[in-house]
Amino acid sequence: MTERYVVAIDQGTTSTRCIVFDRRGRLVSLAQHEHKQYYPKPGWVEHDAAEIWRNVEKLAPEALRNAGITEDQVAAVGIANQRETTLLWERDTGVPVGHAIVWQDTRTDDLVRDLLGAEGAKTVEHDSGLPIATYFSGPRVRWMLDQRPELRERAERGEILFGTMETWLIWKLTGGLHVTDVTNASRTMLLDVHTLDWSPVALEFFGIPRAMLPEIRPSVGVFGTAVAGFPGVRIGAALGDQQAALFGQTCFSPGEAKCTYGTGSFLLLNTGQELVRSTHGLLSTVAYQIEGGQAAYALEGSIAITGSLVQWFRDQLELIASAPEIETLARTVADNGGCYIVPAFSGLYAPYWRSEARGVIVGLTSYITKGHLARAVLEATAWQTREVVDAMNADSGLDLTTLRVDGGMTADNLLMQSIADVLDVPVVRPLAAETVSLGAAYAAGLAVGYWPDLEGLRQNWHRAAQWLPTMDPQVRATEYRNWQRAVERTFDWTRPS
Amino acid sequence: MFTWWHRVGNVPGTVQSIERAAAVLRLLAGESGPLSLGQIARSLDLAKGTTHGILATLRHVGFVEQDRLSGQYRLGSALLQLGHGHLDVNELRSHAINWADPLAARSGEAVRVGTVHDGQVLVVHHVFRPDDTFQTLDVGSTLPLHATALGKVLLAYRFTKINLDRFTRRTIRTTEALEAELQRVREAGWSLEAEELTPGTAAVAAPIRGSGGLVVGAVGISGLVERICDSHYRPHQHLVALVREAARAISRDLGAARR
Repeated sequence: MTERYVVAIDQGTTSTRCIVFDRRGRLVSLAQHEHKQYYPKPGWVEHDAAEIWRNVEKLAPEALRNAGITEDQVAAVGIANQRETTLLWERDTGVPVGHAIVWQDTRTDDLVRDLLGAEGAKTVEHDSGLPIATYFSGPRVRWMLDQRPELRERAERGEILFGTMETWLIWKLTGGLHVTDVTNASRTMLLDVHTLDWSPVALEFFGIPRAMLPEIRPSVGVFGTAVAGFPGVRIGAALGDQQAALFGQTCFSPGEAKCTYGTGSFLLLNTGQELVRSTHGLLSTVAYQIEGGQAAYALEGSIAITGSLVQWFRDQLELIASAPEIETLARTVADNGGCYIVPAFSGLYAPYWRSEARGVIVGLTSYITKGHLARAVLEATAWQTREVVDAMNADSGLDLTTLRVDGGMTADNLLMQSIADVLDVPVVRPLAAETVSLGAAYAAGLAVGYWPDLEGLRQNWHRAAQWLPTMDPQVRATEYRNWQRAVERTFDWTRPS
Repeated sequence: MFTWWHRVGNVPGTVQSIERAAAVLRLLAGESGPLSLGQIARSLDLAKGTTHGILATLRHVGFVEQDRLSGQYRLGSALLQLGHGHLDVNELRSHAINWADPLAARSGEAVRVGTVHDGQVLVVHHVFRPDDTFQTLDVGSTLPLHATALGKVLLAYRFTKINLDRFTRRTIRTTEALEAELQRVREAGWSLEAEELTPGTAAVAAPIRGSGGLVVGAVGISGLVERICDSHYRPHQHLVALVREAARAISRDLGAARR
């Protein structure tokens, strides 16, 4: 019998990747293409969805060729995608109406401010589990329909369709299936997170016609069979990228959490079949749903600036030549020398959500060297993680016992040790670095019976590295208090003009 | 409009012979084995006399070495050391991490990446053996150069004076034996450690080359001797192949990133 494989499509913010995995969850081949970022105005970020699809068409044969396999050896394809990025296209032609508006885009700023004061805002926030913010898709769809009134009419007739990136890719792969999965739907603000169906209240609130929305499916289950890209192969799963990482880290039990450290960082805690409402500034989101089963929920803490603080240190201050050198510089000193950096560059995300806050460097004395600043940069990521974990513990009533980590910053040993120290729990890095793709592959393989069950997937998870807390509890308490005092100094910096 | 005209040579203000010397070095760096004068001259489309002059100068500064028996040329140690000092260990780790993980997954053994620091191997990256037993990260610890697979690879491409401390009855004890072993490592492109540091333990390592083919580190696996080797202390060939493949992948990554 010929060996069979599972393929993941990871449609990310800067690039799209196709990765082939074997039965033990090991990476067999990888193909990647970047796509163009469009910045038409300050705060605006767009992608050309047609370009992204062309990339997928090129990547599919490339990934199979690199692996030395053919389509008939692919058991299933799974999709993980950048979340909240919003696209409209014509049902008849399949041609996008303009560019996709990317999750980082803040053009709906004014609209969101108006919506926050509108009647029904509280109900929408309650039903969706999310605060009304520029981050999510709902306000973007509204903005697009407001810009071109003829689009709203056509959307009402079902001629214009809305989708996030997985919806777009499944549409192209299957030749016209208009579907989404619950995790991506849960980031639109249009989903009622209890019923897992589109919320009539939210649709009315945002003024979005039901006819333009995709059908909601479980994340794990056969969506359809591809006719393009991977002809004849079943699409077994679709998940938002952070949810896919949670799945790839096999955090299937309540209380299990992962944090992906990239430009920003995303900590997701599985809360099981119970939807936990945060009173500490976290998001309530769907973790995954397996066909025929109940949805698993997650609490999510988003940190805006982590890896990008290191990039700022490199590109704007030019104190290091490459990101990994931050560790070298930080190790030239034994501690932060009393210096703290709070990177509230565009306000603070979880758990504060203070958009008026701005960054500070405090505790400067003539003693401080660039080494101390480098320490403070790394510690900022550690303390921001601590604040999110504290909020999660308080909201969920579950005490985090281990943090599973992934993402580019896990190469920084000093940072990983700092996180273990400030959280006072072991920090564990799994052997599979590509957790987003792996999660999509796992979910797709599970849907078609390539892997038997969640327990079978757990067997594939192996520890590659572990950092144990070594910080003195007294020092931890003092440092945390200092960090919190530094955070307080960022508040109320910008004032309404 | 940016053009590539300056790549053609004979640009006013540039020295043609240095451009040619750079081409010779690039050529040697790209080859796995040494090249003869004739091969180099043909490859660069230069006269033999000109090529010989360039090679003699490069030999003089230590950027090229000539094999005494065959008369063939290869990159010299001075060049290797020149490149070494410029690679940050944390940078090396960030390039190695994506390839060290699959190596651990495929070999089933622990993976380490090392570089030379103060006459010892400095461990800059460590991936646990993927069996979920309790293991401790030893990034930052040091190992002896002559008694480890990582160390032998690092020694093979540089001049470093070291003490031949004895750890087991299989540890290399004489300079002659070490030289012979390093020659073997250079020829094979990988190294073996069989119960030379710790009884019951064996390891295989291969060189990580940075931009231009300079050896900037070593990557290897280590584990129980009966898993790494057969009963004659010969390492299993599939493990050697995995290690060399990972080393080449990291080298490619480094070369691309630093261009």
